[in-house]
Amino acid sequence: MGSSIMTKGAIDCDIHPSVPNIEALLPYFSDHWRDTISQRGVHDLQTIAYPKNAPLTARPDWRPKLGMPAADANTISTQALDTFQTSIAICNCLYGVQLLMSEDLAAAFASAVNDWMVAELLNKDPRLRASIVIPTQNSEMAVAEIERVASDPRFVSILMLVMDEKPLGRRSYWPIYAAAQRHNMPICVHAGSAYKHPVTSVGWPSYYAEDYASQAPAFHNMVSSFICEGVFSEYPDLKVVLAESGFSWLPAHLWRLTKFWRGLRAEIPWVDRTPTEIARDHIRLTLQPVDAPPTSEQLERLMDHMGSDEMIIFSTDYPHWQFDGVDVIPEGISRDLARKIMVDNPKNTYPRLQ
Amino acid sequence: MNIQVMERVTTGQKINLAIADCDIHPTPKSVPVEIYPYLSKRWQDYMETYGIIYRQGFPTGPAFPKGQPNAARRDAYPPGGGKPGSDLDFMRSQHLDPNNVQLGVLNPLSCGQGVQNQDFSAAYCNAVNHWQIAEWTSKESRLKASLMVPYEDPLASVKEIDLWGGDNNFAQILLLSRTAEPLGQRKYWPIFEAACRANLPVAVHAFGYGGAPVTGGGWPSFYIEEMVGHAENTQSLLTSMVFEGVFERFPTLKLILVEAGFAWLPALSWRLDKLWNRMRGEIPHVTRPPSELIRQHVWLTTQPMEEPEPREHLLDTIEWIGWEKLLFATDYPHWDFDEPSRALPIRIGKEQKEAFFLKNALELYNLN
Repeated sequence: MGSSIMTKGAIDCDIHPSVPNIEALLPYFSDHWRDTISQRGVHDLQTIAYPKNAPLTARPDWRPKLGMPAADANTISTQALDTFQTSIAICNCLYGVQLLMSEDLAAAFASAVNDWMVAELLNKDPRLRASIVIPTQNSEMAVAEIERVASDPRFVSILMLVMDEKPLGRRSYWPIYAAAQRHNMPICVHAGSAYKHPVTSVGWPSYYAEDYASQAPAFHNMVSSFICEGVFSEYPDLKVVLAESGFSWLPAHLWRLTKFWRGLRAEIPWVDRTPTEIARDHIRLTLQPVDAPPTSEQLERLMDHMGSDEMIIFSTDYPHWQFDGVDVIPEGISRDLARKIMVDNPKNTYPRLQ
Repeated sequence: MNIQVMERVTTGQKINLAIADCDIHPTPKSVPVEIYPYLSKRWQDYMETYGIIYRQGFPTGPAFPKGQPNAARRDAYPPGGGKPGSDLDFMRSQHLDPNNVQLGVLNPLSCGQGVQNQDFSAAYCNAVNHWQIAEWTSKESRLKASLMVPYEDPLASVKEIDLWGGDNNFAQILLLSRTAEPLGQRKYWPIFEAACRANLPVAVHAFGYGGAPVTGGGWPSFYIEEMVGHAENTQSLLTSMVFEGVFERFPTLKLILVEAGFAWLPALSWRLDKLWNRMRGEIPHVTRPPSELIRQHVWLTTQPMEEPEPREHLLDTIEWIGWEKLLFATDYPHWDFDEPSRALPIRIGKEQKEAFFLKNALELYNLN
């Protein structure tokens, strides 16, 4: 059940435009890569993270008769922005760039997706913003892509997947975080995998439902990684947005991580405050999906466990099917908190939106 | 490195609340002396020649160096020598007596499970089962053994379960959490079937070497990440068991999740319920909401107990899980031991306290 709180003027921090097909990207490749794509028959980079016809991938009323959902600016403007009367929506384009084995091919695809977003989305609706797609396979190339497009203020964050080749706190990724801090952008860590490893620590699961369920444990792992590696000691202005992560798991994870930090802090001496404090300063989570308890009273208790009203930022997760109608804010969230979630917290998370 | 060992002050007169400790780790004083008598010459020779090979690179130590040698309390080394957890008399005087342990469940680690050579794994597990009776449960009636099975070879595991079924030295069947495949997959079903036949709960203790990185995004740098990650790992294995329909196929199965914390369970249940609703078409064999299946079939040991600030938040969490689902454990003699008198510093009623510290375990293990 929704809370019936109006979302007018909210900032939607997680919507998903689809690349309609690989042909749509061809104008944004160099001749070499265009030839490669046609001569080698490079396929579309849709991934198993969102099987095309799976119920979660697109809400029934947002699913077109033909082709991909949310594949053009007009559809997105009408369905995602007008419906919720949001003021701004941030496009996190989930296209399998991070899965590619060749870092050169990944860099070419990342640039093509970013240029496609500028031409086909950002230039067509002034309410749209985007996260920069980067080739996480190679941090130097990733930074080059950030530098190439960062002068466009409509790019407001940098996109990574929660399951990459290495845990995201690892030092080899730090040049990306230095670039993010330099350009006043948070890192947006989105659900999904580069599928370089099984999605669970016990191997490959049988069902898609397990793949999606396993995103939450992966987010636990990456919160540990960012904090334990000392990313926020090195980049004190950096914020990390966990997108489509759920948030109800966070308090319990921080209790556990903080308990072990008390016993094992000699191993990670640069972590000089409790992980709970660090997370409250640096980690933000998008609202949807709400993996909510059965009652609104329990959700109120859970919000108390979060220990901060600044961590959750509004999202619809359009066009994924997380809720029906316009019931995006669940019962159990007060009007004051909803206001912070919808406007204040996003503005404080994305300096480029101020 | 300079390590200070804290003096533990035991309260002289006060009689402590009787407890169950559902996670105690015994270790052989010496493998040749205590285990070899139960291993054939062939496997003794094998062990001398090749050692124990797991799905990890170091034969003599863990992938991540522990926080303490042998992951043990500094004060748990027996005065007569040997590793922590290897001396029954010292365990009595340091732990069982002063903490008024009425029931102690033994969980031997690094004792034949997750070993690559399947025949060796089966032989070693069998030897450890004999050893637990000979050195521990036959000498101390407060202790119960865990039935060790070579779980990557389910048929050999069934053989071992059928061999000991009905022997009340054993309280449960033990598996490690880092299996080679998700634990709900049908490869492992014969183990669950045999467990139901033997009327023994299946306990899954955090740790092991399944081959996959401890996160879905690769290997972390630090021991703390691996330790914390046991909770995530356990969530994945529970998700697998729910969505594969294990609890519906084996309606009398009891699952105990050991040393992986518990506060994560409510949020996982809510997430699985939501996905079950959305994805019924993919998993039609799951006919009831995951939260219901979990509430009916799953118990959790308490150590390492989560420590929110304020502590009262934990009361909400325990209420959401169910007070009857938690089994107290200390993890003796490991470094992250939860001291019974300090582990739950929240005021709770006498009945709840007795259930939490003792009665839930007695009931689950049918020891009333």
